[in-house]
Amino acid sequence: MGGAAVAMPARAEFRVEISGIGATQLPITLVAFRDEGLGGANAVSAIVRADLERSGAFRFVDAPLALDETGQPPFADLRGRGSDALVAGSVSRLADGRFDVRYKLWDVVKGADQGGQSLAVPAADLRLAAHRIADAIYEKLTGEKGVFATRIAYVTKGNGRYTLRITDADGEGGQVPLTSPDPIISPAWSPDGRELAYVSFETRKAVIWVQDMASGTRRQVANYKGTNSAPAWSPDGRELAVTLSRDGGSQIFMMGRDGSNARRVSQGSAINTEATFAPDGKTLYFVSDRGGSPQIYKQAVAGGNAERVTFSGSYNISPDISPDGRTLAFVQRQGGGAFKVMTMDLASGTTQSVSDTSDDESPSFSPNGRFIIYATRAQGRELLMTTTLDGRIKTRLLTSGLDIREPVWGPFGR
Amino acid sequence: MTMTQPKMRFGAMSAVAVLWLAGCASGVKLDNPAPVETRTPTGVGAGTGNAGAGAGAGESSVKTVDLGAGAALPAGVGRVVYFDFDSFVVRDEFRSVVESHAKFLGANRAKRILVEGHTDERGGREYNLALGQKRAEAVQKSLQLLGVTENQVEAVSFGEERPAATGSDEAAWAKNRRAELKDR
Repeated sequence: MGGAAVAMPARAEFRVEISGIGATQLPITLVAFRDEGLGGANAVSAIVRADLERSGAFRFVDAPLALDETGQPPFADLRGRGSDALVAGSVSRLADGRFDVRYKLWDVVKGADQGGQSLAVPAADLRLAAHRIADAIYEKLTGEKGVFATRIAYVTKGNGRYTLRITDADGEGGQVPLTSPDPIISPAWSPDGRELAYVSFETRKAVIWVQDMASGTRRQVANYKGTNSAPAWSPDGRELAVTLSRDGGSQIFMMGRDGSNARRVSQGSAINTEATFAPDGKTLYFVSDRGGSPQIYKQAVAGGNAERVTFSGSYNISPDISPDGRTLAFVQRQGGGAFKVMTMDLASGTTQSVSDTSDDESPSFSPNGRFIIYATRAQGRELLMTTTLDGRIKTRLLTSGLDIREPVWGPFGR
Repeated sequence: MTMTQPKMRFGAMSAVAVLWLAGCASGVKLDNPAPVETRTPTGVGAGTGNAGAGAGAGESSVKTVDLGAGAALPAGVGRVVYFDFDSFVVRDEFRSVVESHAKFLGANRAKRILVEGHTDERGGREYNLALGQKRAEAVQKSLQLLGVTENQVEAVSFGEERPAATGSDEAAWAKNRRAELKDR
């Protein structure tokens, strides 16, 4: 009945759905950190374990050990169990009320100390400390930077409200920068992770705003006649590429981060929108229907001719470029009206489908380039998926009772 | 439940009160209507209350600003133009809608409107925003060809964000591919 339909706090929850396991999963043993109960519900070792599990790169080998970072590991016993690596640690309370979180990583095969860390954090950052430990372990063992301490921004819709949300990359620790009765779309992180640009319809039309996350201070950066949309930050954070219809049609403009000095960069009278920067900051990838159907093109930020990038299919939109500049992620409409996230190796032009779903939108690379997050629909509900670039390991983010869309993966810093 | 409870309680109390009145012999006769004094407000409408009372406005003078004055869209004029799939052409059947608005705006140069373009839900949000803008600008252009000035009409887009009909079938999609002419 009506009385039961009160607004529930939206709890985001990633569920791991590993659809293909590589032969390269590293067997690892993680011991519960000594005194980790001091931190309340945020048991550090459980967060570290969940992070490493979700990456798909590890297989956990349990061992009945009581050990912290100062202990002597029983290497022979661990080798007998088939474990290649060991992590142990501790949590203690400092005199100033903060927590000291320590860990150590060992190479079990060699019986060697692989180093560790001590992180002194307030209670509010215990989750962050755990994510940073998972990042350090991940990098040491795989050679790639981890993204467990990064954040994701997205928009939910439900109970008559649109809400811009931020969570840790594991879907926990959710916070709300903006809630509105009117639509919010196209959030974009500043490269330093401190601001979000987005499009809000609160003034009965699409206007681009930039909001500082810590203070909540927000400013309009593009409110011209017509529609203002599709903000993208230059890699140095000093400029924005945006789509404006102020001169008729949808055209791409460059402007300062404060909205100053707007100048048109796209040419012709066709639709030009959804600009995104290559990591070198010199090239824009964008969507144009100049050839009769929406396709992805690239063009120098400084100006010049556009070059078509996608050729197969009659609808290719929403480009995002990997941090190493080598891979394009985009959405392609396929037969039967399916919309799928694809990747293209930019050197060879080879494309690959990375999605099992058929209503995909808004792909966004993780800052280490290993994952793509995107929005999709299943059983009539909107949800978010993450996938590895080979499409084999997927996780999904669901919220209770809300539609969820427009994901964008934040940078390493926050 | 919490909303209806106070009403129910009030209703029950009224019923009790009526029963008590009915049972009281010397009570007020409810079937004899009480005399009602009728007054007509003066000063509003033709003339002012202070007319002829000397030069200058009186201390109680209030000047009326009527935002609807002389500028109501004639009754029965539609405000929505529907589009075919992947199309930005104003269909012949909606010519009269556009013409009626153009005539009205031509006669009321101070009036300004928003033309909101919309799409169905299929495809990307940003690309749909651009498609909705194209629809809004098609209607804007038709109005301007009929003499409406540029500053009287602003074309904006909501893309797929404000569907008129929910559902994921052609019937709903056809209702959502539209441009709406709205007062501002």
